[in-house]
Amino acid sequence: MWKIVKTIVGEIEAHIVEKLLKSYGIPVLIQKTDLFVHPIFGSSVQCEILVPEDKYDEATTILQGEGKGVKYTPLYEDHVKLGAKIVEFAGFYMPLQYEGIVQEVLNVRKSVGMFDVSHMGEFIAEGPDAIRFADYVVTNDFSSILVGDVIYTAMCNEKGGFVDDLLVYKISPEKVMFVVNAANIEKDFSHLSRLSKNFDVTLKNVSDETGLIAVQGPKAQETLQPLVDTTLETIGYYSFAEANVCGIRGIVSRTGYTGEDGFELYLPASETPIVWRKLIEIGVKPAGLGARDVLRLEAGLLLYGNDMDETVTPLEASIGWAVKFEKGEFHGKEALLKQKEEGLKRRLRGVILESRLIPRHGMQVFKDGKEVGYVTSGTFSPTLEKPIAFVMIDASIKLGESVQILIRDKYVDATVVKTPFYRGSVRKKS
Amino acid sequence: MRKFAKTHEWFDTESYKVGISEYAQEQLGDVVFVDLPSVGKEVKKGEVILSIESVKAAGDVYAPVSGKIIEVNEKLSSSPELVNQDPYGEGWIVRIEPSNPAEIEELMTEEEYKAQL
Repeated sequence: MWKIVKTIVGEIEAHIVEKLLKSYGIPVLIQKTDLFVHPIFGSSVQCEILVPEDKYDEATTILQGEGKGVKYTPLYEDHVKLGAKIVEFAGFYMPLQYEGIVQEVLNVRKSVGMFDVSHMGEFIAEGPDAIRFADYVVTNDFSSILVGDVIYTAMCNEKGGFVDDLLVYKISPEKVMFVVNAANIEKDFSHLSRLSKNFDVTLKNVSDETGLIAVQGPKAQETLQPLVDTTLETIGYYSFAEANVCGIRGIVSRTGYTGEDGFELYLPASETPIVWRKLIEIGVKPAGLGARDVLRLEAGLLLYGNDMDETVTPLEASIGWAVKFEKGEFHGKEALLKQKEEGLKRRLRGVILESRLIPRHGMQVFKDGKEVGYVTSGTFSPTLEKPIAFVMIDASIKLGESVQILIRDKYVDATVVKTPFYRGSVRKKS
Repeated sequence: MRKFAKTHEWFDTESYKVGISEYAQEQLGDVVFVDLPSVGKEVKKGEVILSIESVKAAGDVYAPVSGKIIEVNEKLSSSPELVNQDPYGEGWIVRIEPSNPAEIEELMTEEEYKAQL
C-alpha cells in the first residue's frame, strides 16, 4: 500500500521532493490531483507524493529532519545546473553566487542581470475592505495610490517596531497583494490575519504557488520587452501591469532592490522556470544573493533582520518618508507619533570608509572614544571601490562627521554620508 | 615542494612563500583587500598573521610554520584579486623563513590536504 507523505502545488516542486526521497532509496509515486486555483495567475497542478507504507515514517523524517524544513524555490534545479554556490537563507536553499559576486554586481550595474527571488512571500487580501485594511496595517499612504501602483512601506507592531518592510500592490479596488520578506512569511501572515478580523477581507498566503524573477539593470527594459505582450515603457516606476511573459500570465512590476531600472516578474511557481530559461537563453546573466546584498546596500536599501527588526522603528531606520501620520489611523501610529514628538535617540546612517578594511554586521561604532552604535550591514562596494556600511548611531551625529568602527583590533575612520551611496539607472516616480 | 596546513595555507619549502589554497580562495570569493603584515615580524605556527577581506567575509591567515616574515607580496596592495586568480603563483602573500624545520614535516602534502577536505 502507498501512503501520501506530502501534497505540493506544482510538478517541478514535486519532482524535487521525489529526487530527494529517491536519493535515500525510497520509491516514490507522484499523483496529480486537483487544480490549484491561484487568485491571480489561474490554475496549476496539485501533486500528491506517495511512498510505500512501510517507508512512510522514514520519508517523513527525511522531509522534516534532513531537509530541516528548508524549502526549494521552483528554480532550484536550474541554479544547481548553472553551477551556483547554494546556501540556506531565510528557510530556503538559495544561490549565493554563480560566477562571482563582483562580476554579478557589474553585470547588473552595466547591463542586465536577474535574480531568483521566489523565496519572497506573497499574500492576497480580497474583499470590500481590502484597501482600507491594507492602509490600516502599513505606515505609508496606500489609499491614495492608484490601481496598478505599488508602494514600499513598513508594517509596524503596537510599539512602532518593524514587523516587516514590504511592497503592497493595488490590483483592483477589492484586491491587494502584499510582498514580504521570506524569513517573515509566517509571522507576517499571522499578524495580518489578526488585524484583518475587523475588516471585511479574506487573506490568502500564495507564497508557495508564486515564483518571482527580478530582471535588473539599465538594459532590463530592452532585454525583457520582446518576451512580454505589453509595452514596458507604459509601466512607470512603482507601477505594474498584468501581462503575459513568454506566454505565461503574470504581473510585471517596475520595482527592484538594486538601484537600477528593472522589473520584477510574478509568475505561477510551476511555470517560473520557463521564463528563467528563456532569459538565460537570450543572454541574461543570473546573479545571486551575494550580489543582491551588495547592490541593495549601494542603493541605500534596507535589509530586514540586519538593518532593522521588531525593536527598530521606521523613523529610526531613516524611512520616515514612508510614515504618513496625516493619512488617518494605522497600526503603530501612536507609538511612532510619540517617538517623533520626543525626538529620535538613534538613527540609521550610511558611512563610507577610506581604508580597505570592511565593516561587518555587529561591529561597534565609536566617536571620541565613546561607543555610539553598531554596524547593521557592511560590504565592499565594487562600484565605489570603497567599503560602505549602514550604522545605527546616536541621532546627534550629523552628515559629514567622522566616526570610528572597530574592525577586529583596529579603529577605522568612517564618514557619515547621505544615502543612497550610489544611484544607478533607477527611474523616478512620475 | 608545496605543503599544506589544515587551516588552508600552503608553504613552499624552497622559496618559503606562503599563500592560501585553491579551496580557500574559492570559499572566500572575490578578495578585495589583503592586510599585509610588516616585514621582520616574528610569527608562531598557528597564530593569525593577517586577514583577507572578500566582498562577503573576512578570513584569517594563520602561520603554517614559525619564523620571521622576510617579504610580503606588495603586488597584492593594488591587485588583491591575484589571490583568487593565481593562489599558488602570483597570489602568494608572504615569505616566512622557518625557525623550526620539524614543523615543516608536520605539514600535509597536496594529496593529503585534498583528501581531508
